[in-house]
Amino acid sequence: MSAAIPELKQFDEAELDRVFAELEAEVSAQARALTSDEAMEAFRLEWLGRKQGRLGQLSAAWLKSAPVEAKKLLGVRFNKLKAQIEEARASTAATEARPVGAGLDVTLPGSAQRVGSEHPLVKTMAEIVSVFQRMGYSVGLGPEVETDFYNFEALNFPPNHPARDTQDTLVVAGQEGKPLRERLLMRTHTSPVQIRSMLEQAPPLRLVIPGKVHRNDAADATHSPVFHQVEGLCVDTNITFSDLKGTLDFAMKAFFGSAVKTRFFPSFFPFTEPSADVQISCIFCGGKGCRKCKHSGWIELLGCGMVDPAVFESVNQRRVEMGREPVYDTKKISGFAFGMGVDRIAMMKYGISDIGLLYSGDMRFLEQFA
Amino acid sequence: MNILTKWLRSYLPELPVDDRQLAEDLTLRGIAVEGEFDAACGGRLYEMDITTNRVDAMNHYGVAREAAAIYNVALKPLDAGAAVMETKPGEGFPVRIEAKDLCGRFTARVIRGVTVGASSGLIAEYFAALGQKQISAPVDVTNFGWMAMGQPTHVFDLDKIVGGIVVRRARAGEKLMLLDGTEKTLAAEDLVVADEEKALGLAGVMGGWDSRVTEGTKNILVEAAWFDQAAIRASSRRHGLHTDASHRFERGADFNAAPIGNNLVTRLVVEQSGGEVVGPLVDVVVPEIAAKTAERKAISLKVSEVRRHLGATVDGLGVGEDVVARYLSALGCEMTQTGVGEYAVKLPSWRLDLEREIDLIEEVARVYGYNRFADTLPSFAGAVVELPHVEQEATIRETLRALGFTEAVSSTFVSAEEAEEFGGGGVAIGNPLSAEAGMLRPSLAPGMATMLALNLHRDVSSVRLFEMGTVFGGSTIEVKERVGLALGATGGAVATALYKAEDALFYEVKGAIEALLAKFVGAVTFEVGELPAWIAEGRGARVLLAGEAVGVFGELSAAELQARKLRQPCVIASMDGQRLFEAVLRQPVSRELSRFQAVERDFSFVFPDAVTWAVIDAALHGVGAGLERDELRSVRPVEIFRDAKGKAVAAGSYSMLLRVVFQSNERTLTEEEIARWTEWVVAELTGLGGTQRV
Repeated sequence: MSAAIPELKQFDEAELDRVFAELEAEVSAQARALTSDEAMEAFRLEWLGRKQGRLGQLSAAWLKSAPVEAKKLLGVRFNKLKAQIEEARASTAATEARPVGAGLDVTLPGSAQRVGSEHPLVKTMAEIVSVFQRMGYSVGLGPEVETDFYNFEALNFPPNHPARDTQDTLVVAGQEGKPLRERLLMRTHTSPVQIRSMLEQAPPLRLVIPGKVHRNDAADATHSPVFHQVEGLCVDTNITFSDLKGTLDFAMKAFFGSAVKTRFFPSFFPFTEPSADVQISCIFCGGKGCRKCKHSGWIELLGCGMVDPAVFESVNQRRVEMGREPVYDTKKISGFAFGMGVDRIAMMKYGISDIGLLYSGDMRFLEQFA
Repeated sequence: MNILTKWLRSYLPELPVDDRQLAEDLTLRGIAVEGEFDAACGGRLYEMDITTNRVDAMNHYGVAREAAAIYNVALKPLDAGAAVMETKPGEGFPVRIEAKDLCGRFTARVIRGVTVGASSGLIAEYFAALGQKQISAPVDVTNFGWMAMGQPTHVFDLDKIVGGIVVRRARAGEKLMLLDGTEKTLAAEDLVVADEEKALGLAGVMGGWDSRVTEGTKNILVEAAWFDQAAIRASSRRHGLHTDASHRFERGADFNAAPIGNNLVTRLVVEQSGGEVVGPLVDVVVPEIAAKTAERKAISLKVSEVRRHLGATVDGLGVGEDVVARYLSALGCEMTQTGVGEYAVKLPSWRLDLEREIDLIEEVARVYGYNRFADTLPSFAGAVVELPHVEQEATIRETLRALGFTEAVSSTFVSAEEAEEFGGGGVAIGNPLSAEAGMLRPSLAPGMATMLALNLHRDVSSVRLFEMGTVFGGSTIEVKERVGLALGATGGAVATALYKAEDALFYEVKGAIEALLAKFVGAVTFEVGELPAWIAEGRGARVLLAGEAVGVFGELSAAELQARKLRQPCVIASMDGQRLFEAVLRQPVSRELSRFQAVERDFSFVFPDAVTWAVIDAALHGVGAGLERDELRSVRPVEIFRDAKGKAVAAGSYSMLLRVVFQSNERTLTEEEIARWTEWVVAELTGLGGTQRV
């Protein structure tokens, strides 16, 4: 591998420049051909190798025999050549593409720390709330343990209404000694927050009320004793049924996309009159009919209605008992309320088949929403 | 409830739409057609879903009335051309109502000389199409009656009745064999139709066996009555009998329908089974009940109120006075104009659900069609008010997710044992779904333990979860709600030079808590203190923010792990979310960055176990040797080593590699300064009982 030592005729600068220029040209030529680790190693050994390296041999041959005055000239040139060799090695190592096996396997998965996921219910609820916030609704909250008064009486449920039965409502133990209206129960809907808000605030009122609710339902794929609702309430002078229609149509378009249509059906709720069920055109098939909408083209999503005057009257009565003005004058004030099940919407949106998964804490399920 | 369109059309000769359109129009007006099938008798069979407040529409004539209102077409009178005349003079049959509070009306009619056979004609045709079982002509006629117009009726074998009819409360313990062959022991609250000697039938629910019409029956008494809805509901529940009759009575029957129903049934019995109608229709009325039902006071209605509540219509005209008057009249209201756009409205006897002006407004909207109202948006002058804790809540969620914790939502309920172990006391549910869900959760920790266990049992070995939700304290007298926050972690923690494998999970959760609380104003500190029993001894800590307790965390105790059949350590933090909601978020402040080089110095020391990190940290932060507080940039542990065998490091002590960083904002530090401070650090650490390793 070692090349012959070039002949050096004399130790003057011109002769030295000529010989070193040849060596530099040789290094440059070799450096351009460095395409593999093997070539690189050969290059290093040829020039810098401790025993066979040409740089060592040249300096041994020339420096020893050089006159004292030429040693410095030689040293400067050796250093320059060595620097050139080092630079060729460094720049080649940095720029040349290297084969797999010698470097990184870029196809290996990265090692990023995992990020936690949003809960589909929390996310869906926040999205619904945000739609109504943009329409001027403030968020209202209320307790999950309610009294019969807020959950039923003030909402115009008659005393013998089936919803009041313990088959439907989970009740707190040991309430028998209390008057009916003070008995504690797990709220069955977010509607009591309507009453609480109207007791605290005078109209105009625009509230969106998210929350957890409970019913005495045995768990199956579509029922859970624990579920979530978002409720809305809008009260002012001259609020009409057409305002209710327009508001919900707008909100559904904002939430599901502008192509979604709504239609309203008569329904019955004790605390609204007129009452309606709202269907949206199927978000999966666009209304053509598919398995998801049972081939009807429509999906039932909301309950709503105009606030029943009896609700305003019970609010007024309670306000008076609390030493407040009965400001919900049914001659001037009207309003609408609406409510929807968050679980059902989330299940529909994400294709979740079993409501129980939402409350399981199963990482395999939850991590899908990251 | 099933409806035959052929039957329906017999009342609506001018109906302008086909069966498909009719189904859609009815459905959009709340008389919901859930299913549609071809009917054997011709036309379609509708499967109806009628809300419980609309008992008046649970029959063919009621649905026909709705259609007549929708399409503005004529509705034939129910007993058109069949005025029932007595064919043979006679005395009225004796009827006495004793329970005047529960029976408001009782009609009775005698038919003599019938020949009981199978029913024929329309009845047989319709029954076949509806899949309704045929029994005998007189009984089929009574079923035809309620399906036609909603009034339940009953036929007695007249010869089994002793004396006359008495409507009374049952005598406690009185026995009655019913039509279904079961013998019931009656309660004093039950209402019975009796004769002078015995109960004949359970009023409004089911007739009796002994007085039933059989093939041998010659003479018949036809009953059509009005019974109190609450009494019938109670009887029906008490005896576990839900019948077509009780279904209608317990939802509020039409007070004026009894004589009409009786006439209809009488006419059809004679048509089907022959015989003669003897004597007049006996019609006993209790005026007090009539006043509360059929003779209710007229209510006033203003067209302006209709418009105020309903708003704009698609055609831009709004709901006009003519529309209001026409729809309400078609539904049976008697409209008397009392002023400009004002009416006194007498309510139909079959619509007990209508009581107030708003009920009439709803009827107008319903029949007009909800979808013919415009979509408008109300103007609003108010402002959107944010909840006070909205930023705190969002910060908690974002931070924990960024730290790798996934949000979970769990049940509100725990078992009594869990409530006891994770909080004590607690609020019990009176009618829990199961013993496992008997209490309101006092903390989110038990739910978190359940979720960690669920994952481990499903071979998910590395879990990071958090939950934020309501927790319950107080008592069943007064329940107190707070926001709780829990973190749960198991598996997947990585050992480092500082943390041994078995401790790494604890320190990871501690780090998450530190990162979370760093978002809030106030020093974050940890102390051992008193910990709940669910935390393993020596493996947990109390968490303080600005000196105030905000939670506890630690490894689940061996007992808790065992109870859940877990073999892998689990760390749970139970935090006071409410306190964090009320805490002040830290406002970031930018500090000057030094232009001068930082100098790192490592120190290797052996300390007795009693010298904790807090002691070391505190000692060095008490700066000395001319070192300015801000020139001591950081002090942190890099490596900890313990030797179980006590060889490399003596038992009861540990070795620590500690890294100190010095830096100034004003100048390059001198060798001399650094040497002085290094000496000072060594002196401080030695002063704590440490021995420098060389």
